[in-house]
Amino acid sequence: MTFLGMPAGGGNLTGTPFPKAARGALGDAQLRRNLAKATTTIRTKRAGVVGELPDWAELRAAGAAIKDEVLANLDEHLVRFEEALTSRGTHVHWARDADEANRIITDLVKATGTREVIKVKSMATVEIGLNEALADAGVHAVETDLAELIVQLGNDKSSHILVPAIHRNRTEIRDVFRREMPGVDPDLTDDPRALAEAARRHLRQKFMTVDVAISGANFGVAETGALVVVESEGNGRMCLTLPRTLISVVGIEKLVPSWRDLEVFLQLLPRSSTGERMNPYTSVWTGPTEGQTSHVVLVDNGRTATLADPDGRAALRCIRCSACLNSCPVYERTGGHAYGSTYPGPIGAVLSPQLTGVDRNPTLPFASSLCGVCYDVCPVAIDIPSMLVHLRSRVTESKRTTPESTAMRALSWVMSDARRWGRLIRLGKFGRLASRHVPLPGWSAARDLPLPPKQTFRDWWETR
Amino acid sequence: MSARDEVLARVRRAKGPEGPVSVPREYRAAGTRGAGDLDLFAERLRDYRARVRVVDADQVATTIAAALLERGVRRVVAAPGTPAGWSNLPDQPDRVEVVRGAVTVDTLERTDAVVTACHVAIAETGTIVLDHDAADQGPRALTLVPDYHLVVVRAEQVVAGVPDAVAALAGVRTQTWISGPSATSDIELERVEGVHGPRTLEVVIARSTRFPTTSHPVGGSDQNHGIR
Amino acid sequence: MRVALFVTCLVDALFPDVGKATVHLLERLGHEVVVPSGQTCCGQMHVNTGYQGQALPLVRNHVDAFEQADVIVAPSGSCAGSVRHQHADVARKHGDPKLAEAAEDTAKRTFELSEFLVDVLGVTDVGAYFPHRVTYHPTCHSLRMLKVRDKPLQLLRAVEGIDLVELPGAETCCGFGGTFALKNSATSTAMLGDKTSAVLSTGADVLTAGDSSCLMHIGGGLSRLRSGVRTLHLAQVLENAR
Repeated sequence: MTFLGMPAGGGNLTGTPFPKAARGALGDAQLRRNLAKATTTIRTKRAGVVGELPDWAELRAAGAAIKDEVLANLDEHLVRFEEALTSRGTHVHWARDADEANRIITDLVKATGTREVIKVKSMATVEIGLNEALADAGVHAVETDLAELIVQLGNDKSSHILVPAIHRNRTEIRDVFRREMPGVDPDLTDDPRALAEAARRHLRQKFMTVDVAISGANFGVAETGALVVVESEGNGRMCLTLPRTLISVVGIEKLVPSWRDLEVFLQLLPRSSTGERMNPYTSVWTGPTEGQTSHVVLVDNGRTATLADPDGRAALRCIRCSACLNSCPVYERTGGHAYGSTYPGPIGAVLSPQLTGVDRNPTLPFASSLCGVCYDVCPVAIDIPSMLVHLRSRVTESKRTTPESTAMRALSWVMSDARRWGRLIRLGKFGRLASRHVPLPGWSAARDLPLPPKQTFRDWWETR
Repeated sequence: MSARDEVLARVRRAKGPEGPVSVPREYRAAGTRGAGDLDLFAERLRDYRARVRVVDADQVATTIAAALLERGVRRVVAAPGTPAGWSNLPDQPDRVEVVRGAVTVDTLERTDAVVTACHVAIAETGTIVLDHDAADQGPRALTLVPDYHLVVVRAEQVVAGVPDAVAALAGVRTQTWISGPSATSDIELERVEGVHGPRTLEVVIARSTRFPTTSHPVGGSDQNHGIR
Repeated sequence: MRVALFVTCLVDALFPDVGKATVHLLERLGHEVVVPSGQTCCGQMHVNTGYQGQALPLVRNHVDAFEQADVIVAPSGSCAGSVRHQHADVARKHGDPKLAEAAEDTAKRTFELSEFLVDVLGVTDVGAYFPHRVTYHPTCHSLRMLKVRDKPLQLLRAVEGIDLVELPGAETCCGFGGTFALKNSATSTAMLGDKTSAVLSTGADVLTAGDSSCLMHIGGGLSRLRSGVRTLHLAQVLENAR
């Protein structure tokens, strides 16, 4: 059930319950080493470049407020955006959910007669399962971002918003390339430079010949209809520039009201995501350029359901920087696959259950120790810990009575009265023996229980 | 109901009752930080492993020629609106082909270098922004396909921060923001320069010769014609 | 000053020595300590596990219990954090704006122990003597919810005879997280393992922190490893004098 009965989103947003999936991931020592190394590197870089800006806090406050304005008047901004796009010759399409978006895009691609499309990395297209839908229609989608390519060639799944192949180290990547990349040098080394070069060669021909590209967008400017893609490798520029047809898949929350607002986000995003002062390439285009045909597909897929919850809607501020993933002690240990959704990590734990409805993702709001690092590093100040707590309530309220809810109710009754509470804890001394011999499930595998005292504090105080 | 009307109806049902949100803009806004610092700009570019030459404005043409010849280019494309002098290579024993008109992607694939101007540059982030409707910057493919991009930045085009650049770019339809050569961090989050875009970015910063404001050369005397 | 001690349910039931140490410390500094008898629990476990409705009576009880107190001190960043950052929200969400207002008032009078000592009393040297090798774990809620920053360290640095050693990766969560430790025990255990390794790498005899809950977690891990490292609440370190 989503908030206020709003229709839920579909696509790649659910998986195995988190505790179970995490247990599997935790057993993979290689994965933990890869993640620890990568996230430590990026955390240090991010802290360095964020610390350089004396007005980071002010930029963050502005970023949050701009996104809140978008959400508060989303209908008006969407209509303005559509008008601006249409007036410049871009075709605008709307999709209620993943299936509808996939149908629209597949039809557009089929109409061009191509059997192959090139793609700029786009989380929205992973979310809706576009590649699978295109494959069903006989169209091969070529991922051109290096990490997405690694994931695609390895028949793998994305585990990170920014670096989908973060769970793979250089040796594993070399093995995937040697095995799956047509015409690759059999003596390819695991030097990242050599691996990047292999990807360049592999994709060059595609860029020069494939005539349809699919992109996402980091931002859409409602005022002008400008679309913005922020990237590093130049694969984005290749896809946006060379093919004759460009289809951009844009979540309805990706807007900013005016051009000027980008002065905030083009500072917040690169520093928070790759830990650079600026990413190598940012492309901005307003309407079809240089003879291209341009389509924009605006996707809801559970975003309005998220918007409907006043205590959850701030998740839609997210600009997909991944700073919360890179900083999260849970993510660092379990990796992204454990979350079962296109959106892993802390932001995924609040976004995925809202997009799908909490009943389809009941374990994600609990996949956090509430340590609060995610909130500190979020460039748009999403209070993820408070939102997790809120979503936990939505999960428990959506369930019938459970042993846990019964225990919580009983404890609440005891604890709402000091005499009842005092009597209960006085029984603790009888647990002195039990604490060392009766295991507490989930706790006692790795931790001893404390020995209950002979006298509670309140009894000591009374005798004083 | 059409998908459009239904999504908009959902949005209206879902959004809160509040009116416009006021945006606090207490950060360093456009126009509050003076001109861009050329030393800083050059330093930030070098951080990205871009090649940087800082020269007087009247030295730009000879600096470009020197850079292209050092690189040993065989065919160079210049954005059609750039000054003719920028692609006037001195007589060489090996013929270098200079193209200034419209070019196909196939031609670009067989081109070693491209020379353009820019619209604005940002000192704090080492960023250069191209306006693809401007004749001296050319269409997007021009600066994307060749492996080497030489861009000339006039000192007065360098602004302090991102807000200054965004202000200078209002109304520019098609832009590419470039910060160093193409790079990836996709393998163990370690930065590697050179993937699909130009693997070498060379920046010629042209100091204004009309108003000499510094008594010492920007970026240190040894950088006048040198490459770092 | 007359200080109302919010001892917290965990200390009351399982770690009374922490409460006693807080009383002794405040009295040594010349303050009168009272323990309002109506207090029980802040309700954080209910809130954080998704039972805000069941937390509501606890919020009400807490507000009533401390209605008369001028200043409230808790030997816990987490419980003080719940009072300051959750109580009013819980009341408001459950349609009790009057309680929310009262909770906001209680929140303003509530301090975590190190905040109270350093910010309110302006003391960093509490006259403690503790000749042991000690390392300090800054608990997440004191660090990020209450922003106590280095106040506990200021207090520890002033302790006579102490050999204070830095904990590597100090600001990383120990993996407790309340019912997280039970619901996601494998992940929690992995986080705990890294924390106990860090503690052992310091060669410290004593691990201290401002929250008995995190200490119970890390201490449980250290005890299982038979490491010999003791866990003591900050109040227990500061309680000792020559």
